[in-house]
Amino acid sequence: MTTASVSLGASVSSQSRFMQLALVALLGIFVVGFVGFSHIDAVHNAAHDYRHSMAFPCH
Amino acid sequence: MNLFRNVVFIAAIAGLVAGVVLACMQAFATVPLILKAEVYEQAGGGHHHDHAAPAATDTNAMTTAAPAGNVMSSAAPAPAQAAVPAAEDEGWAPADGFERFALSVVANIVTGIGFALVLVAVSEFAGGIGNWRQGVFWGLAGFAVFTLAPGLGLPPELPAMPAADLTQRQIWWWATVAATAAGLGLIAFRKSLPLAILAVLLIVAPHIVGAPQPDSFETPIPEGLHHQFVVAVTVTNLVFWLVLGAVVGVVRGRFTGTATSLRDSFA
Repeated sequence: MTTASVSLGASVSSQSRFMQLALVALLGIFVVGFVGFSHIDAVHNAAHDYRHSMAFPCH
Repeated sequence: MNLFRNVVFIAAIAGLVAGVVLACMQAFATVPLILKAEVYEQAGGGHHHDHAAPAATDTNAMTTAAPAGNVMSSAAPAPAQAAVPAAEDEGWAPADGFERFALSVVANIVTGIGFALVLVAVSEFAGGIGNWRQGVFWGLAGFAVFTLAPGLGLPPELPAMPAADLTQRQIWWWATVAATAAGLGLIAFRKSLPLAILAVLLIVAPHIVGAPQPDSFETPIPEGLHHQFVVAVTVTNLVFWLVLGAVVGVVRGRFTGTATSLRDSFA
């Protein structure tokens, strides 16, 4: 994993880099959480087959 | 926020591709099994989604549904039991057929992008996914974290299978994902024996605590059907993660590799 020498954020300060990447990860977790783990019935029903197919806790 | 923009862009492409692949695989591998299970579910007294209901009514529903399920497990749906209270308290649901399929595809793509955002962000901390082969290894890690580890304690369920309280299972699911990810990260990126031992403990811990289990395992779903479903879910998710990782590697390589002069505008 260390052979990738070119970084996407080469010219960004390390603190800003950390914040931006952490923000991206949080955004991803939020997206998965909303679609796959929402307790709202309509969201659950819309993604019902998907939730089962991903082995997300369901019902 | 160029870094943010680039990472989101790479994740969007990878999530779109892997999500479409996953939706296609699900249409052939998992959804037919879900539809079969729903026939047993209808026969066994209907769909009960007691998210907000108190535990007492939940267990009542279980005990009334269970004997019906046993009787019905080999027979055709009986009109007497056919889902009397099911339709009224479940809210809006897509119509079977195209609408239901289309929403599954949307859910696959949206969460594909969600998983890709997590994958790209975490891998950037470790230097980034340089090519498709590194992507495959990152994909294997994602599969282990998001499918294998939580799936050990909470195997994929079909409709009409008994399960413990939803919120408790979701908490266990996320805790297991976090502990497994932390453990794998320690093993991969810290060259220290004590930390490796700590990593193994982290990975094992959720399974010692144990996933929330239902009071009763009685279900109208035949065991063979469930087994088929577990295999289908695990294999489709494995392919999803491998494709996701590989596509991230390829797209990111295009970003950083082809146009060196563009790197600063992208960076």
